[in-house]
Amino acid sequence: MEEQIIIEAEGLTKKYDSQIAVNNLTLRIQQGEVFGFLGPNGAGKTTTLLMFLGLTEPTSGKVRILGFDPTRDPLHVKEKVGFLPENVGFYDDMDARQNLRYVARLNRIPDKISTQRIDHWLETVGLLEEVEKKVGTYSKGMRQRLGIAEALVKEPKLIFLDEPTIGLDPDGTNRMLDLIHSLSREKNMTIFLSSHLLDQVQRICDRVGIMIKGDLVAIGPIEELAKKKLGLDKEHYTLEEIYMKYFKEA
Amino acid sequence: MEDHFSSIRFLLISALIVMVGVIITSMVGMGIQEESKGMAKPTLLFLWLFTSTGKLFSFVQFIGFFGPLIGIFLGFDSINRERVSRTLTKLVSQPIYRDSIINAKFLSGVTVIAIVLVAIVLIISGLGIRLIGVVPGAEEVWRLVIYLIISVLYISFWLGISILFSVTFKSTATSALASLAIWIFFSFFVSLGAGFLADAMAPISQSSTGIDPELIIKHEQVQRITSLFSPMTLYGNATNTILDPMRKTTQSLILMGPLERLSLSRFQNPLPLIQSLFIVVPYLISIVAITVLCFGICYLVFMRQEVRTI
Repeated sequence: MEEQIIIEAEGLTKKYDSQIAVNNLTLRIQQGEVFGFLGPNGAGKTTTLLMFLGLTEPTSGKVRILGFDPTRDPLHVKEKVGFLPENVGFYDDMDARQNLRYVARLNRIPDKISTQRIDHWLETVGLLEEVEKKVGTYSKGMRQRLGIAEALVKEPKLIFLDEPTIGLDPDGTNRMLDLIHSLSREKNMTIFLSSHLLDQVQRICDRVGIMIKGDLVAIGPIEELAKKKLGLDKEHYTLEEIYMKYFKEA
Repeated sequence: MEDHFSSIRFLLISALIVMVGVIITSMVGMGIQEESKGMAKPTLLFLWLFTSTGKLFSFVQFIGFFGPLIGIFLGFDSINRERVSRTLTKLVSQPIYRDSIINAKFLSGVTVIAIVLVAIVLIISGLGIRLIGVVPGAEEVWRLVIYLIISVLYISFWLGISILFSVTFKSTATSALASLAIWIFFSFFVSLGAGFLADAMAPISQSSTGIDPELIIKHEQVQRITSLFSPMTLYGNATNTILDPMRKTTQSLILMGPLERLSLSRFQNPLPLIQSLFIVVPYLISIVAITVLCFGICYLVFMRQEVRTI
């Protein structure tokens, strides 16, 4: 069976006034893939995510997420897509369960089902011991983990993570990366990860795309990019070397 | 809605209103008890509980003045608090329509207002029945119901104003101050301004031998029309007509001594309910119109905002 295409973008462009945030972006992402979206700050990564989610209208070009057009059909897309924004916000006067329950209800998941799911995902991200505390008292890392749990409560097919490991300690980072990896391998979830922590991206991503000033300058598996940019002879390479090479050229 | 009921802010303001309501009623109630001793029961005595001014002010005046505060308190940070805590991004990325966020904010506010007002009116009625021993008749109950509807709409207008500011201003403090500024402007300056404007357009000089009656009428008209721009005046006129059916006019222009004034400004018999309604309908429509307008603007602004700025 042919792998299903989850994200399909063609000639996607977004302009703010005269400034071009995303220029003519074309990419395809298949089911079960872990895709790393790299680029310096202000390269248009978040704008791209917002267009994929139907939160911002593209100036021109086409997007299909799971076969739906996010501009025309935002509810169908949002139903099946989880999103962890860069600085995730919670209702600070509620505890972790109440926060997740609220999101589950917005997704029309019956309480019977969501109760089990919430505890399952809270355990997976390692928050079950702190579940009674108000979210206002959580540290940055705990909030980040709660954010992941929240995106997973609706058991999405596709999940967008905007800088998921920021603020996590080394142990938390490892567990987060393992979790992302297992989601893709065991649950066949597609993961679209935007980050500039290159060593982490290198560890878990099947393919990467490098975006600089609104242009997608490179896309493909890391080995392929390494061969292209650093030469065949190089056996030990890091994503950072590749990235810096592209960055200097742009 | 859960938010509203559990917040300390809400508890404070409803406690204040209930307290003032109870104090006013007991004062007014005792006053009525004294006055009506040995008299046959006057018609629609029960409504006096809400309209007679007692030593300070009547309950109706109190709500007209402080009611807007309930609306403002419920709405001023509804959208920008979610923005500050970054939960708005989360809400818009869930499978719900964006307008249901703003609709829910407004409707839950209106529901809370309605519950608070109904509760207070019931408390006052209960106290009143005990104090003056008069049970309200059907007409009085209807008048109270209409009064409640007008009041809920009136406070909803202020809720709309404050939600509008919470959509447009990023900081909760700014939106609170802006709403309060509007409240103060309408409650004090419009009536003051109406006086000034009337003086400017139709000055009345007291020193001249005779006062031109036409000038006085013009003066009064200018003042009236200007003050109608204030929702407080709209509300005041509407509720006075409904709750005080003996009142003959919504205007204050009477050019006679105090005794004639009293006899002229009040009917011998109360105005029938249906007639009071006729008088009130234009005011009611104006209040509904400004409320809808206000909410409409804030709906449009919210729907057109870029998510980036959220």
